[in-house]
Amino acid sequence: MSESESKGQRFVALCMLGMLLFNYPILALFNVSGTLFGVPVLYAYIFIAWAALIASMAFIAESGGRQ
Amino acid sequence: MLHETAIVLTAFVYLGVLFAIAYYADERADAGRSVIASPYIYSLSLAVYATAWTFYGSVGRAASDGVGFLPIYIGPTLMIALWWVVLRKILRISKQNRITSLADFIASRYGKSALLGGLVTVIAVIGILPYISLQLKAVSNSFTILVQYPEIVMPAKIGVLATRQDTALWVALILAAFTIAFGTRHLDAAEHHQGMVAAIAFESLVKLLAFLAVGVFVTFGIYDGFGDLFGRAAAVPKLRAMLTPLEGVAGGYANWAWLTILSMMAIMFLPRQFQVAVIENVDEKHLNKAIWLFPLYMLAINVFVLPIAFGGLLRFPDGSVDADTFVLTLPMAEKRELLALLVFIGGLSAATGMVIVETIALSTMVCNDLIMPVLLRLRRLRLNERRDLTGLLLGIRRGAIVLILLLGYLYYKLAGEAYALVSIGLISFAAVAQFAPAILGGIFWKGGTRAGALSGLLAGFAVWLYTLFLPALARSGWLPLGLLEHGPFGIELLKPLQLLGLAGLDQISHAMIWSMIANVGAYFAVSLSASPSAEEHRQASLFVDVFRHEAGGARFWRGTASVPDLYSLLARFLGTATADSAFGEYASAKGLGWPDERLVADAELVHYVEVQLAGAIGAASARVMVAAVAKEEALSIDEVREILDEASQVVVYSHKLEQKSRELEAATAELRGANERLTELDRLKDDFVSTVTHELRTPLTSIRAITEILLDDPDVEVEQRKKFLGIITKEAERLSRLINQVLDLAKIESGKADWVETRVDMKEVISDTLAAMDQLFREKNIQVEARLPEKVSTVTVDLDRMTQVMLNLLSNAVKFCDSANGRVEIALAEREGFLSVDVRDNGRGISPEDHETIFNKFHQVGDTLTDKPHGSGLGLHISRQIVEHFGGRMWVESSLGGGARFSFTLPTGAAT
Amino acid sequence: MSKKILIADDEPSIVAALEFLLQRNGYEVHIARDGEEALRLVESHNPDLVLLDVMMPIKSGYEVCMRMREREDWRHIKIIMLSAKGRDAEVAKGLSMGADIYVTKPFSTRELMAKIQALLSQGSEPESA
Repeated sequence: MSESESKGQRFVALCMLGMLLFNYPILALFNVSGTLFGVPVLYAYIFIAWAALIASMAFIAESGGRQ
Repeated sequence: MLHETAIVLTAFVYLGVLFAIAYYADERADAGRSVIASPYIYSLSLAVYATAWTFYGSVGRAASDGVGFLPIYIGPTLMIALWWVVLRKILRISKQNRITSLADFIASRYGKSALLGGLVTVIAVIGILPYISLQLKAVSNSFTILVQYPEIVMPAKIGVLATRQDTALWVALILAAFTIAFGTRHLDAAEHHQGMVAAIAFESLVKLLAFLAVGVFVTFGIYDGFGDLFGRAAAVPKLRAMLTPLEGVAGGYANWAWLTILSMMAIMFLPRQFQVAVIENVDEKHLNKAIWLFPLYMLAINVFVLPIAFGGLLRFPDGSVDADTFVLTLPMAEKRELLALLVFIGGLSAATGMVIVETIALSTMVCNDLIMPVLLRLRRLRLNERRDLTGLLLGIRRGAIVLILLLGYLYYKLAGEAYALVSIGLISFAAVAQFAPAILGGIFWKGGTRAGALSGLLAGFAVWLYTLFLPALARSGWLPLGLLEHGPFGIELLKPLQLLGLAGLDQISHAMIWSMIANVGAYFAVSLSASPSAEEHRQASLFVDVFRHEAGGARFWRGTASVPDLYSLLARFLGTATADSAFGEYASAKGLGWPDERLVADAELVHYVEVQLAGAIGAASARVMVAAVAKEEALSIDEVREILDEASQVVVYSHKLEQKSRELEAATAELRGANERLTELDRLKDDFVSTVTHELRTPLTSIRAITEILLDDPDVEVEQRKKFLGIITKEAERLSRLINQVLDLAKIESGKADWVETRVDMKEVISDTLAAMDQLFREKNIQVEARLPEKVSTVTVDLDRMTQVMLNLLSNAVKFCDSANGRVEIALAEREGFLSVDVRDNGRGISPEDHETIFNKFHQVGDTLTDKPHGSGLGLHISRQIVEHFGGRMWVESSLGGGARFSFTLPTGAAT
Repeated sequence: MSKKILIADDEPSIVAALEFLLQRNGYEVHIARDGEEALRLVESHNPDLVLLDVMMPIKSGYEVCMRMREREDWRHIKIIMLSAKGRDAEVAKGLSMGADIYVTKPFSTRELMAKIQALLSQGSEPESA
């Protein structure tokens, strides 16, 4: 059980991080004019952060024993 | 030119393919080779979350407030991060209890309450109706627009259509037929709808491909990539503001946050999501893949939403085209018939997927948690006496499907035109979010009660009705608009959109705040104010501790039942074939055949039957039915507690026991220690006696032997006789010295020694001792070097004792010296507060492990010598005792082969 | 030819007494001051009997006794163990190590001589046989 518990804790931590990333005030930092590779900064930020979050979830989900 | 017939034909061909897939999957399942036993199919089926609302509505929302649509997908991503903790638990609970739906889950958790199950069903149906109507609206709108090709005309401008041309109604009816065909093939609702899941997974692929196709076409076909598209948008003043849409909007971030929370709830508690994620799950391990594949799906389907929205805004700058239709109208405007048709099919797949799963889930709830409990309680119907109820059950479900779709159509007719797609969907989201406190509280908190859950749901739902549903009706003209503008009876504080004066938030955030306060508040307050019943208590424990006691339901039953009764009960609801196979399975697990008279109707069998029944008619109804045939003795709350606490008490007892045994161990260890010390003392005493005896016997041996020789042999030569007499004298001296030392030691150790303390100059003591031993040094040819300072402080000691110490150390040094080139060094030095004396020899040294033991009584360092003239083994021991008596220390530094240095210190201050 | 006896003891007084006594009785006497020397002398002089003190430097009498009993060609050598320690456990230990007789110090010279003579006369028989 302990492995699945630590996995659960990692997921909870990741969820909290996600809530931080997709909320005021972090979100406000990117709510500015300007572009990144032609894409508005806010849009670029959200999609990059989102993708990173999913990658982390994949890493946690697939790592460790296939419980 | 797209002819209406061609469009309709394409749609039916698509539905035909869908049906073929479902049929194939069901056939495969019957053959035991499930196609849905794959984490990829599971992940794709979860994408039933993306409905026509996603397909058309996201672009609509993006066109009005940029990234504002994203929380609806980011929220679920965050929630899915918690799936490992939350969904895994719900899965485990549902599998163990053969949960058939969301309502069943809540009812089962709170004491198998039929009332609660019914309430959840009502809330779900009312809450989801707008959502179903949204799908109908989307399909009929997209159809209406597409048939106008190549013109682009909004459906609102077309006017009232004849019934034959009322697309939405036809769509509703066709989908109802379709859903019945898919969803009610099997009676056991807890069993998997394999065909449906396979079809849904396929639909998820179709809608994703269709949407990506439009996205790529708009971004790279019409425009020159993302940079070009956003660059052009930025050039339009009206659109530039949308690039940083969260700025300056009152409550912008708050709305964003509430929408995120709302979507987190929706992904868990929408009946169709519960259906695919929990009921249709075949293997818990599929979560590992779904946890990241499903969010990835959502990311993929959203990448092109903004480009399409901006593309549409740039293409139709006059606002004549509804942004909700950009996905379809952009390919149409560019004269891409096939792409437009693909989009229509994509939208159709998104809508049908949602409708099929949602209505199956809702019809199960309506049947098992709303209608059956009522029918079973109506004694007039004598349902209990009917031989076969399977047909009735299926009929109810099929009827429920038709009814739900027609209600959805009705809602569309009544209110559908007043709202954009997204707003309609969010109203449904807010409704199902009301389930969150009861479910999440229910699986993590044992204190939640039936009354608490009922109150919370009622309060939350009431606020939802007032703040979201009522305004929807008012805006559609079914209630006076004045209700919204001035509040009921003109009471401003009760305005549905600004309750208690809370303004500045959008409608959804506003409703969420108040409904959650009411819901969570009532749930906890009522739960805490009354104690739960026995049934609630045990269900709470089974749910919350699901990972602790596996399948423990049988423990709670006590009563009498008969096997034939239980069998006929199961047969009535599931049919004889299913009942036979269920009993056969149970019997074979017991090592028996079926039928077999030896099968006992014990608690386990009763529980087994109830669980089987629950899979068909829900937990609450199953409870009622089983209770009717099994004469159950009600367990009191205390008894249930007892059973539940048994486990925890065992833990407490074993904990106590452990502690006791630890204490006992400690006591034993202490005793053992004391015993060891006693044994050690005894052994030391024994050793002392033995050693003293040995030391006495050795000189005695020589003396006795020689006297006997002399006595027996008078002819011994004079020279030899003299030598013998010398030995006798020396050994006699040795004896008396030994006896003196033993007595001396006894005196010192018992504290009875006489200490004559005077101020003594250690320099003098050393010089005198050296002078006294001068003869010995000469005899042994030992070089002596004394390094004495000019003057040292005096110490307060017993002069004779200190002389004894010096004599001891020096004779030791002589004894251990190198026999050929003996050398002894004596050093006296004064340091801060004490004198130190070192006596160094150049003998073979003492190994480190002996540095302490040589100071023990009778320790024979002389073992390393061939000659031991003064080997009493007490000298060093007595010396150390003397030095320590005067507050000093004595120790040795040495290594084998490196000589030895004995040192001692004496304090120069006024000693004792 | 006189019998050879090895005295292994580190107490000079006792050695002096035993040496005198045995020489008077016509034995050829060799003296070792520690266990190692004792083994060396057994090798070089092949004595008929060894008077072995238990408490000796470097190698104890027990050890010497054990080493001697390990050698097949030394099996005939008689061993009398001498010790100031007379507890039963120590006597048993000495005998189990292969000593023929265990004598506690102080001893009667007459009895000791009688034991030596008895051992030596008995020991010569199997050798001649």
